[in-house]
Amino acid sequence: MGNEFKESITRAVNNANLTGALGKFSEAYKVNRAKAYEGIDFEELRGRIAELKSYAASHLDELSEQFTRNAEASGATVFRTSDPAKVREYILKVAQDNNVKSIVKSKSMATEEIHLNPYLEEAGIVVGETDLGEWIIQLAGQTPSHMVMPAIHMTKEEVSDLFSKEVNERLSSDIPRLVKVAREQLRPAFLAADMGISGGNIAVAETGSIVLMTNEGNARLVTSLPKIHIALVGIEKLIEKYADVATILKALPRSATAQLLTSYVSIITGPTPNSDGSMKGLHIILMDNRRSEMAADPKFKQALQCIRCASCLNVCPIFRLVGGHVFGKVYTGGIGTILTAWFDELKKSEDIQGLCIQCGACKDVCPGKIDIPELIMEIRRRLVKENGLPLLQKTIYAVVNNRKLFHGMLRAASIAGKPFTSGTFIRHLPLFLADLTDGRSLPAIAAEPFRDRFKKIKQPKLKERAVFYAGCLIDFAYPEMGEALVKILNKAGIEVFFPEEQTCCGAPARYNGAYEVAENNAIDNIKALLSVDATYVISACPTCTVALKHEFISTFESVGQAEWMPKARILAEKAIDFATLVRKLVGEGRLTLKEGQKLGRLTYHDSCHLKRTLKVSAQPRELLQKAGYELTEMFECDTCCGMGGSYSLKLPEISAPILQRKLKNIKDTGAAVVAMDCPGCVMQIRGGMDQDGADVKVRHTAELLAEQLDM
Amino acid sequence: MYEQFKARAVGVSAEVFRFVTKSAALSWLLAFLQKEGLADTPQTSALWAESSFLDGLDVDALKMIAGLKFEVTRELAAEARFGISQMDWALADTGSLVQNSTAMEQRLVSSLSTIHIALVPTAAILPDMPSLLSRMNPKENPYIAMITGPSRTADIERVLTIGVHGPERLVIVFVDELGGGF
Repeated sequence: MGNEFKESITRAVNNANLTGALGKFSEAYKVNRAKAYEGIDFEELRGRIAELKSYAASHLDELSEQFTRNAEASGATVFRTSDPAKVREYILKVAQDNNVKSIVKSKSMATEEIHLNPYLEEAGIVVGETDLGEWIIQLAGQTPSHMVMPAIHMTKEEVSDLFSKEVNERLSSDIPRLVKVAREQLRPAFLAADMGISGGNIAVAETGSIVLMTNEGNARLVTSLPKIHIALVGIEKLIEKYADVATILKALPRSATAQLLTSYVSIITGPTPNSDGSMKGLHIILMDNRRSEMAADPKFKQALQCIRCASCLNVCPIFRLVGGHVFGKVYTGGIGTILTAWFDELKKSEDIQGLCIQCGACKDVCPGKIDIPELIMEIRRRLVKENGLPLLQKTIYAVVNNRKLFHGMLRAASIAGKPFTSGTFIRHLPLFLADLTDGRSLPAIAAEPFRDRFKKIKQPKLKERAVFYAGCLIDFAYPEMGEALVKILNKAGIEVFFPEEQTCCGAPARYNGAYEVAENNAIDNIKALLSVDATYVISACPTCTVALKHEFISTFESVGQAEWMPKARILAEKAIDFATLVRKLVGEGRLTLKEGQKLGRLTYHDSCHLKRTLKVSAQPRELLQKAGYELTEMFECDTCCGMGGSYSLKLPEISAPILQRKLKNIKDTGAAVVAMDCPGCVMQIRGGMDQDGADVKVRHTAELLAEQLDM
Repeated sequence: MYEQFKARAVGVSAEVFRFVTKSAALSWLLAFLQKEGLADTPQTSALWAESSFLDGLDVDALKMIAGLKFEVTRELAAEARFGISQMDWALADTGSLVQNSTAMEQRLVSSLSTIHIALVPTAAILPDMPSLLSRMNPKENPYIAMITGPSRTADIERVLTIGVHGPERLVIVFVDELGGGF
């Protein structure tokens, strides 16, 4: 990552106004969004949206033609182009042909995308933004930091300074008063404007209609008062059927601002008469700008299912810390990273794609059902393919790619008794061999890894078999978690096997775009784990489980590995996470926990991969409660802890405040124990708790349950 | 459905009233205008756009009321405090009003005024958006306007503030006698 980029992050996370406003908003948003969706089957709704938008993305040309035909039949002029420069020229020409002196605009990200304002201003035309947030940033000479709330990064004091200059009068920072000033200042601009420019939230092919949504009422004025109206619409806004407008209207305001509907919705189909009786000049520009290319890309086509609600920004634990400007000038947050890579260029996304911690919070709420984290990984993969890995990472993955060398080094680290503190090479090994102790202590490498301890465990001969996939952290840092797992499964009548050839799950390589390394890791593991005939392949690390269940397959898909695919699917079928299997065993009466224990209060941290990819959250809670713990839920129990594998090494300035937030939420419950199912989260949270000095035990569910087995 | 509509509309800061007869609605409306300071000076006048509510009423007599006007122009709309118009439909599940706003005067009174008074036939309440779209063909209704509560913003520090570019108040008056539901 470039220094400039790192500096922008540091500036952002230290901007108390920004993190305060975004933090408050993100907390309120989750609650309000849930309320707005009450009584609605979100999965069903987003399934329909994904379907209709996906259909549109596969028929962009057809729908553009149909839209053009219908809009022109209604009297509108439609201009289609793929080139942003042509859009700018067209708008300027219409303006000059009609002697336009001033323009009022309602919010349009597409006009931001093509940097329209400076172009028109250079030609001597006055361009006024009318959305309050856009007007504020226009006065401040800035760019939007959020797609829906462009000025969310500014305080009322900053706004009052800006407005005071504008009206030549010292204004207080009273928000209703500031809003009134905006109304008074902009009203004459609306009435005097010769042209109005809007975007379009939806474009309906079947009827040639455009749909505009605002809360302030500015789009109504922009499309009514001036004699000319130009709507700039990205072709991803096209939908086929008019009836489907209702589907989008159901989700967009709920997801964007947790409203049932925006204050104003206008559906415009052809020009309408002006107040002097003349007909409005209605021009609709359908802009491609690489959207068709995106639609033709099998991976990225789904990004066109976006309805621009920005909920992926609102739930992102990174976005709420750094805000939009770190992401760039136009589109921000998760979807913004993807759009920037396409509408701008792949290279522009090089730094910002690294901001994603892969927690999956956005994927859960996306009304277009876009797998945003997966697409960001795909950007990573393509960047690595195009530019290669940085030398340092190359060296690291050369090691991880060679199991014996990799494990040998981990053993060497354990002999040293503590993580290496010198030698850039080992120091930067993925996951835990870093000397990063900022806000978090790191575990010593275990003196004896699990693979050695396992040989000493005396297991009875049992009729059912499970293969244990330990993963690096349990194998080399927390072998006691593995021992707990063996103890529990033995009690339930399952014998545990540990094929020694198992190696790193490949997640670190994959999350850094090194798919070929991840592919090799996957093949090595498939060979090892299928070498024993067993009912289950169990893992007590959700990231590893996700690798076994899903990512080996998707890595193979990405790199075109067909040979190992059938075995990857067999492995995926057998793979199961610890909590799910144990919950099942308890349910079947094969495993009993001590009765009537009173173990005190406990709170549970949901690990990203367990909750959002594996959809497991009730099972560990039920088990821990059954064991005798009294569960107290923490605030934001399923928000990422900031670990994200090597993320915490690459972006400690972001990882650390996320961890601090998590620690606070844990401590606020007053529970003496916090449980979780991921050794990575244990490492992050236990290390943080250690530095914090709070008396809260950080434990893996397996360890807690192993203590409560009914003997 | 009226109760559901009312709960939703009030939830987004609209004011909702209901009358059985046109005459009851009219006398309430005139009293409301007086109370809110209707006068024949800029920023205090009222502008009433064409609506079927006026059919059969003595409009000439209403024109005698100081500040109450029926000829909608940009200039008058820009200085009116009150805008009065009639809506075609209401949606119960979101508390929204819907109008074919193709005629500019309908948009002027409802978007430039400070207080928008919306007259709605009680029978025009529909359950939701799909039932509306199936009744409103866009080709026959070039400008469909939906209004849900007054104009609002949260663009400064996420503080909800009412009344930016559109009306600060939305007063919804249901009239049973108006028929509707065409």
